[in-house]
Amino acid sequence: MANVSAIATDLPVARPKYGSMNRDRIWALRWSYFFLVLFAIFFLLPPIYMLITSLKTSAEISAATNPWWVFNPTLDNYKELLTSNSYLTYFRNSAIVSVVVVSITMLISVPAAFALARMKFWGSATLATGVFLTYLIPETLLFIPLFKMFAIFNEWTGIALINRWWVLLILYPTLTVPFCTWIMIGYFASIPKELDEAALIDGATWMQTLTKIFIPVALPGLIAATIFAFTVSWAQFLYPLAFTTSADQLVLPVGIITSLIKGDVFNWGQIMTGALLGAAPPLIIYAFLMDYYIAGLTAGATKG
Amino acid sequence: MVDATISAPASRQMARPQSSLRKTMQRKSTIAFLMALPLILMIVILVLYPAIFSIHLAMLNKSMERFVGWNNFTFLFGRQTFWMVVQQSCVFAITAVLFKAIIGFIVAHFVHNIPSKGQRKWRGMLLVPWVIPPAMSCLAWLWLFDPSYSAFNWVLALFGVGPIPWTGDANWARFSVILVNIWIGAPFFMIMYLAALKSVPDQLYEAAKIDGASWWQVIWFITLPMMRNIIAITALFSLIVTFANFDIVRVLTAGGPIDMTHVFATWSFRVGIEGGDLPLGATVSLFMVPILSVAAIFILRDITKRGSEV
Repeated sequence: MANVSAIATDLPVARPKYGSMNRDRIWALRWSYFFLVLFAIFFLLPPIYMLITSLKTSAEISAATNPWWVFNPTLDNYKELLTSNSYLTYFRNSAIVSVVVVSITMLISVPAAFALARMKFWGSATLATGVFLTYLIPETLLFIPLFKMFAIFNEWTGIALINRWWVLLILYPTLTVPFCTWIMIGYFASIPKELDEAALIDGATWMQTLTKIFIPVALPGLIAATIFAFTVSWAQFLYPLAFTTSADQLVLPVGIITSLIKGDVFNWGQIMTGALLGAAPPLIIYAFLMDYYIAGLTAGATKG
Repeated sequence: MVDATISAPASRQMARPQSSLRKTMQRKSTIAFLMALPLILMIVILVLYPAIFSIHLAMLNKSMERFVGWNNFTFLFGRQTFWMVVQQSCVFAITAVLFKAIIGFIVAHFVHNIPSKGQRKWRGMLLVPWVIPPAMSCLAWLWLFDPSYSAFNWVLALFGVGPIPWTGDANWARFSVILVNIWIGAPFFMIMYLAALKSVPDQLYEAAKIDGASWWQVIWFITLPMMRNIIAITALFSLIVTFANFDIVRVLTAGGPIDMTHVFATWSFRVGIEGGDLPLGATVSLFMVPILSVAAIFILRDITKRGSEV
């Protein structure tokens, strides 16, 4: 604030109707906007560049003209990708995996969070801490033992889990359930006790208390958890890279990276189009449900 | 209230032993346990067991037939690449978290400074890097860093600055992966710090203003102490995620040039999955545990401390 006011006093008084406090404030504002614009350029540059490149033809890209401008805009990349079977397969795999994982996550974490928040049982406090610790275990620590476990499982039962897209349905919940349970515990714990006591006195079962009272009241938390589960499963990269290899079993992130990058021939127009379309679902959800998204983001550290 | 309804049927259990199973099923703790059972099973089978299994795995030989004790560990200690990975992981995580925290703090201040009407819009724009799946945005960065078509180098050439080998030279590649990590992670810090800034009571700032505090004193004596908790926990969370990061290095450099940018996660993938030596890969990833657990202990202490305060 000090340097800002110094600059302000050097300048001739532009608007005499403001007091000095206000003039400081106006300059602080201008500086804030100036730096915000700079940061916004830094933060939005890659997605904008994705869009620019996706509108170019291969000829224009290899001609090495101004990379920041499109001279002959075309939608060919989009047409080609949206009619290519492999890209649609990746997209479909990603969509199925994400939707099913979100459902599994909610079915596991909501009842568990309710039990942990309201119905104390032996070891429930330890379990709540354990859930939180599980959230802190990164997937990079687990993918190798899981890979070996699935191989052993295959030897025992003959059921092949590796290189099947549905193995992701088993793996992704380990990433989504702990966090969703944790923030749902926080949301459920903030509901007044009188509410469920009244329901129990009226003869409601625990299940009815959960579905008729807790879920409707904690709906914002539920939406935040759903968004979190969806974005995590949509973006997950390590598990599909390690566990799936055949082209028809891949999900989007891995599919784009392994199939569109063929050897040294980088078809950057298509890669950027694929990446942009792949980033679209989370971005669309974010655009419409930003407040829930941010609530979920901050809940991990501020609730509980 | 609830306990009373449970203990009453319990006393009648003697009279009708045939329904004791049903009565047990109706007890609150039993229902609660059943509701949490899928969660418990999932954690035990897919998280706890693999975590312990990886220790066992790390003590087998490459074909996983013979128990070799600590051989994998001592083998790693003798390899130069391993020490490079240790160094690179630590430098990568610490530098990235530090800059994410600083940039997040600065941006949060600027957003907090402008009228609240426009804050939503700016916050929305500035969080975009966090929303895009990292693998996808890293592709955009890879294209921006392209050796022959780099859009950054095109701009730099306008100023007469020579082409920078963004991912070709070891030190530039290290800089690039950290830069991309900061780009992805700083918005998260911004959101957390913005929430924390909003929770600082206005009276404190007013009192400081009356006492004639400079802006630096306001930040040092009011803002930072009030935000201490959030700053600590966000940094620790981020330290865990950054230290165990895989996507960014994998997509941008795949560990290259000549293994100079590998972190634990990417190197264990290279050794374990691509190199076919699962035990050695498991050993590499186990070296993440000490740092992760230190961060986890600090987070847990903070969470339980706040839990008992409320």
